Amino acid sequence: MTDTSDSAAAGAAERKELLRFLTCGSVDDGKSTLIGRLLYDTQLVLDDQLAALERDSRKHGTTGEDLDLALLVDGLQAEREQGITIDVAYRFFATPRRSFIVADTPGHEQYTRNMATGASNSQAAVILIDARKGVLTQTRRHSYICALLGIKHVVLAVNKIDLVDFSGERFHRIVADYLGFAEPLKLRSITSIPLSARFGDNVIRRSERTGWYEGPTLIEHLEALDVSEELAGKPLRFPVQWVNRPDLDFRGFAGTVASGVVRPGDRVVVAESGRESRVERIVTADGDLSEARAGDAVTLTLTDEVDVARGDVLAHADARPEVVDQFAADVLWMSEEPMLPGRSYLMRIGTRYVPARITSLKHKTDVNTLEHIAAKTLGLNEIGSCNLSTATPVAFDPYAENRATGAFVLIDRFTNATAGAGMISFGLRRATNIHRQALLVDKSARVRLNGHRPAILWFTGLSGSGKSTIANIVERELHALGAHTYMLDGDNVRHGLNRDLGFTDADRVENIRRVGEVAKLFVDAGAIVLCSFISPFRAERRMVRELVAAQEFIEVFVDTSLEECKRRDPKGLYARALEGKIKNFTGIDSPYEPPEEPEIVLGRSPLAPEEEARRVLEALKARQIIG
Amino acid sequence: MSTSTPSPSGTRLSPHLRQLESESIGILREVVAEFHNPVMLYSIGKDSGVMLHLALKAFHPAKPPFPLLHIDTGWKFRAMIEHRDQICARYGVKLLVHTNPDGLARGINPITCGSQLHTQVMKTEALKQALDKWQFDAAFGGARRDEEKSRAKERIFSFRSAGHVWDPRNQRPELWNLYNTRISQGETIRVFPLSNWTELDIWQYTRAQNIPVVPLYFAAARPVIERDGQLIMRDDERMALKPGEREQVRMVRFRSLGCYPLSAAIESQAATIDEVIAEMLATRTSERSGRLIDTDEAASMEKKKRDGYF
Ligand SMILES: Nc1nc2c(ncn2[C@@H]2O[C@H](COP(=O)(O)OP(=O)(O)OP(=O)(O)O)[C@@H](O)[C@H]2O)c(=O)[nH]1
Ligand SMILES: [Mg+2]
Repeated sequence: MTDTSDSAAAGAAERKELLRFLTCGSVDDGKSTLIGRLLYDTQLVLDDQLAALERDSRKHGTTGEDLDLALLVDGLQAEREQGITIDVAYRFFATPRRSFIVADTPGHEQYTRNMATGASNSQAAVILIDARKGVLTQTRRHSYICALLGIKHVVLAVNKIDLVDFSGERFHRIVADYLGFAEPLKLRSITSIPLSARFGDNVIRRSERTGWYEGPTLIEHLEALDVSEELAGKPLRFPVQWVNRPDLDFRGFAGTVASGVVRPGDRVVVAESGRESRVERIVTADGDLSEARAGDAVTLTLTDEVDVARGDVLAHADARPEVVDQFAADVLWMSEEPMLPGRSYLMRIGTRYVPARITSLKHKTDVNTLEHIAAKTLGLNEIGSCNLSTATPVAFDPYAENRATGAFVLIDRFTNATAGAGMISFGLRRATNIHRQALLVDKSARVRLNGHRPAILWFTGLSGSGKSTIANIVERELHALGAHTYMLDGDNVRHGLNRDLGFTDADRVENIRRVGEVAKLFVDAGAIVLCSFISPFRAERRMVRELVAAQEFIEVFVDTSLEECKRRDPKGLYARALEGKIKNFTGIDSPYEPPEEPEIVLGRSPLAPEEEARRVLEALKARQIIG
Repeated sequence: MSTSTPSPSGTRLSPHLRQLESESIGILREVVAEFHNPVMLYSIGKDSGVMLHLALKAFHPAKPPFPLLHIDTGWKFRAMIEHRDQICARYGVKLLVHTNPDGLARGINPITCGSQLHTQVMKTEALKQALDKWQFDAAFGGARRDEEKSRAKERIFSFRSAGHVWDPRNQRPELWNLYNTRISQGETIRVFPLSNWTELDIWQYTRAQNIPVVPLYFAAARPVIERDGQLIMRDDERMALKPGEREQVRMVRFRSLGCYPLSAAIESQAATIDEVIAEMLATRTSERSGRLIDTDEAASMEKKKRDGYF
């Protein structure tokens, strides 16, 4: 092997700073061409790549005889065939003054989430406008998303200026138009530059054809742009990523300093638990450090044996983050499956995963006018203002104050898809200040008095499967045994508690959420609660399951076949649904997701309801719910 | 040859390299925190060298809590295998080696079978076999976004459905550094800690951190033959000379290392790392131009990746 130790003689290490930016704007405004131009003019397109580009341009090009610089960036086959960008590309280039990572994002509305992805890690945005077309809906949408994601510096690149005869008048009109719209976005800087990505005017080379323009070229501006956010100047946040425990003598907390500065001797707290300790060492493979700053990946050791795990946030004792389980946030939805208030998602915030629900959708935002619109769900690429609640309290800072600790993503619990991205606005005082009332008589006291254990018996299955019939008999028998019971039945609940809800997916979720909370109260009171609900979605049944202790939720799947239910049709509902007179009817035009691991399965063989009920009672005995 | 461990040179790194280093360390730790059974693909090249170096840093004072996996096609340069074994001994890391036994039995080779079939069987298939055999749920690879146009579109956490399938349209949006590490049974993740590094970054970091690399990266007088306009180093007797071909000694080095019949050398006088960096800054061809496997067909990288290639 060869050691590279001649490095000692090597020239001074480069001192260049890194700027991350994205290009965005409407379809075909020339984003990819601009990046191709930047790469080309900074000499980063090498001979063999140029040869490939010439071949490609002949085959897929949109620029006649000329090189189509967009093809340097649009790397997926589908992109080249359709001449559009679909996914974000990350490209790198450097000038003598700065290194750049640029994210080329798609203009198509359908791929807005990919644009947001590019924006999330950028410090500045180049928003392109086609000089012939002026400000378009996508220009506004992208500007809004950039602002929402915390980008403070925007370059308004008025592109294709060659196609409007290099008209200064046209340029100034577009700029005025844009500034009018962007006013409420509170950007720190907007710099407007007339350019031609295709021919290179004002990109790297100053153009002689825009004599009326005296500002910087694009590259001059990007080289000089001051984006220092001074994350190091903010309060210390250290999300613990991994506990390093190679042997009994060493216990270190590995992570990346999200903001602030940490030094040995600092008094720190675990934000979530409030436990205190002091920083002992800052360990790295290159030796201990006397300080670590925002962005540094290090390992901390503490002077005390405090309980610290992945997901916890360490902070200075005198500048702690808020710790709440309810907060307001802006959410950008990224899944084809609409966001349903009430449904349980997995939230990733910092290094922590925690179950979370949208408790209410306050409004969604019309990106064109920035107006607020009432809504019940968020669809793909929509943006809304929501309240959320998490299963356990989490530490955070408002996103506007700290991008590193105020952001989260929501994950679909069944597909594991990344379904939404959120930026926290503030914690809800409700949650911050209402401490739970400690009670003198608790659940275990009630259990002793009752002589049986509480539980939720959750009957799920198609309409007409026999849920209520069987549940009724089970309750009668339990009652006879002296057990405290209560019945929550779909139809009855909909006459009172849930009178305001319909049968859309969103309403079904809310229906089950409320029933779950009520059932939980009964469990707390020591009762056996029988719930008969079609409850077609796994996500909601899981949500109720998670409200109570593991052994307290018993899912009873009444698996009577659809054919049999249709044949029985005790309320004549199937007949009407099949005629199209009832919409969203489970099994007909609305799906039923069967349980994956129900505790009890009934209805698969033709047994009398009394017999089925007896099987439920036996299962309760086996589980020691009843004696 | 020295056996010094990486020098404490954090101070010598430019802010840019420090940022890249921290980001990569964060990614390595994330995988170890969230996955049951990760592995690091170790291809012996300069990128693997940097990746391993970062892993040694990320988990210090512990050893990297995962093994290295080398997919051996049987056609690597001898100097590479030597380097591999020295490195693993030096750092005390566990190495797994896998060769596709079916491919061996069928006598698949890069010379008479063509680069496409050889790569498919001995690299792509072999890799899938190894991942299945040891039940790895996450695999680190040293690929960089600057290598190739379709790589520039790749996520840092790249999701593979059961059967190791990569669907470019079904990748998860990756916002901030909030990686979604959730997978179901049978699904896997490929993770690219060096995504945002460029070839130049790799060399500058290698220099600053004094990371050992295979000597083939540095120019020396080596016996080569000229074939299809490329300089190929005949590393052993299995590669027969064609009529008219003649071995000649030239000053050459390699920018990218793989199977020797598929890795073209370049003429160069750059015998030290400083000279290599200087040469790279002046060059007019890309790193991958010496790889004979990418030009097989248009959009070939994307296609290979769909099949499960790293
Ligand atoms: N005349 C002229 N044409 C341009 C200029 N910039 C881009 N174009 C052309 O506009 C077309 C679209 O360019 P792209 O770079 O693919 O546009 P894009 O914004 O990346 O498109 P999406 O990513 O699909 O939204 C191509 O035919 C370009 O050659 C310019 O400055 N002048
Ligand atoms: Mg584009």
